[in-house]
Amino acid sequence: MPGLLNEAELAALAEARDRGLRSIEGLPPFGFGAPADADRIAQWDIDIGPDGEGLPAGRGSVERGEALYRNQCVQCHGSRGEGADYEALAGRTPGDRFEFADHRSHPITVGSYWPYATTLYDYIHRAMPQAAPGTLPPDDVYALTAFVLHLNGILEPGDQLDRESLPRIVMPARDRFVRDDRRGGPEVR
Amino acid sequence: MQGRFPSEVGTRSAFETPERLVSRPDYSSSSRTPLHYLQGIVTPADLHFERHHAGVPNIDPERWELLIHGFVERPMTFRLADLKRFPAESRLRFLECSGNGGTAYQNRGRRGDMSPQDMDGLTSTSEWTGVPLKLLFREVGARPEATWFLAEGMDAAVMTRSIPMEKAWDDAIIAYAQNGEPLRPEQGYPARLFLPGWEGNSSVKWIRRLELSDRPFMTREETSKYTDPLPGGKARMFSFGMDAKSLLTFPTWPARLDGPGWWEIRGIAWTGRGRITRVEISTDGGRSWEDAELQEPVLPKCHVRFRKLWNWDGRRATLMSRATDETGYVQPTREELHAARGSYTRYHFNQIRPWRVEPDGQVFFAG
Repeated sequence: MPGLLNEAELAALAEARDRGLRSIEGLPPFGFGAPADADRIAQWDIDIGPDGEGLPAGRGSVERGEALYRNQCVQCHGSRGEGADYEALAGRTPGDRFEFADHRSHPITVGSYWPYATTLYDYIHRAMPQAAPGTLPPDDVYALTAFVLHLNGILEPGDQLDRESLPRIVMPARDRFVRDDRRGGPEVR
Repeated sequence: MQGRFPSEVGTRSAFETPERLVSRPDYSSSSRTPLHYLQGIVTPADLHFERHHAGVPNIDPERWELLIHGFVERPMTFRLADLKRFPAESRLRFLECSGNGGTAYQNRGRRGDMSPQDMDGLTSTSEWTGVPLKLLFREVGARPEATWFLAEGMDAAVMTRSIPMEKAWDDAIIAYAQNGEPLRPEQGYPARLFLPGWEGNSSVKWIRRLELSDRPFMTREETSKYTDPLPGGKARMFSFGMDAKSLLTFPTWPARLDGPGWWEIRGIAWTGRGRITRVEISTDGGRSWEDAELQEPVLPKCHVRFRKLWNWDGRRATLMSRATDETGYVQPTREELHAARGSYTRYHFNQIRPWRVEPDGQVFFAG
């Protein structure tokens, strides 16, 4: 997974931390702010990690997801996730080729581009549907995630998702992402 | 005749009507700064560009709180009054959307009658004031194992990005003021993350929560959106830094030079990697280059104003600017960038922008 730090990066981070703390070491501890209570944290801590951290109990099937999708998602995303007022959700490239830098015609979708299925759960729950974001219960979010993955040929009819199975899905584009290697200097990257 | 009395709030002259250019009036839209209208480096707050992912929320500052939790010794919340009580820091810094200039980069859609605002209006400079994030992270006892933190906004999309902790220990701030007054709602009122020199999307507005962790969170914005496809079947992830860029603000479309003679070529340059050290101007389509004058102050991670006098002989001419930064990076041509990134990469379009002056004085984009 891009973003896990190697030894050199960890050493650089430790150095940056020391430097940062040294730059404020003349300042007293201020003690402003208040301890956060557990309820507030639980209410706001809605992110789902690529390892599945944060996923709630519950489950949803492709079929139930399809019913929810017909009601709440079709208008913006099209009947098969082809996109309408808003972006396309579904579509793969031939052979799962990843040539988006060279071909305008390759559609950027969940199936062709998204590296982690957990991101779908996180985003559907946090931001969808547009008129009432954050209101879908876990069973609905699992079901919609399952249906969108089905539209992309990643899940079969009858498949279900829960907190165990969702993080195990390997997306077609998972290994396509690399860390930024631009550092300034004369070379154009 | 006597003039107007003093007033509580000033307004522009009735003869001046600058406007942001709104791309598409919906919740996930943008508006662009009129770069060709502005002088100097500071963008008036009401002309600062906008880019949102779910509209501008209306947040009561009395009810607003920032939560910091995760890999910390003491999870805490901070009210706006708490933030303002910490030692403050003010810095003039640019902010640019990493999608800025996409139309000028692509093979289709480029037109001669595009203004700098049309093309590159998603960049602005303000004086940002706030509290250094390292102070807050020291208060909560950020653990040494924390390598990333999640920044989460309070808009309807609850926008999220994962940010390397290294930036927090360096120059990240939680900003609550812009050009001397509280942030505008469009810029994140009452408070936002501000990451100097990094792509605009990572400076999460309407900030409500920071969660420290030992890995990135792989949110929608940093996976499916703000990643850069590269030739060879890969895409660059976490491409935060903004490389050196410059552009002309005059003469550019729709300006018309009303005759040969002395004209001042003007523009702005910036880099996310420190200071601009040089801007060169070509008036012959890139065959020869001469240094422009950099107007003080030349600040790191900030727009820099440059100027160059030009005695136009009345013949067709192609004008260009080329920036160099303190790392030795030189702003590339469009061809160089296409070779490195492919023709349809999605972000970070800092190539040289050429302008053609016709004998009748009309100026067209020629990239």
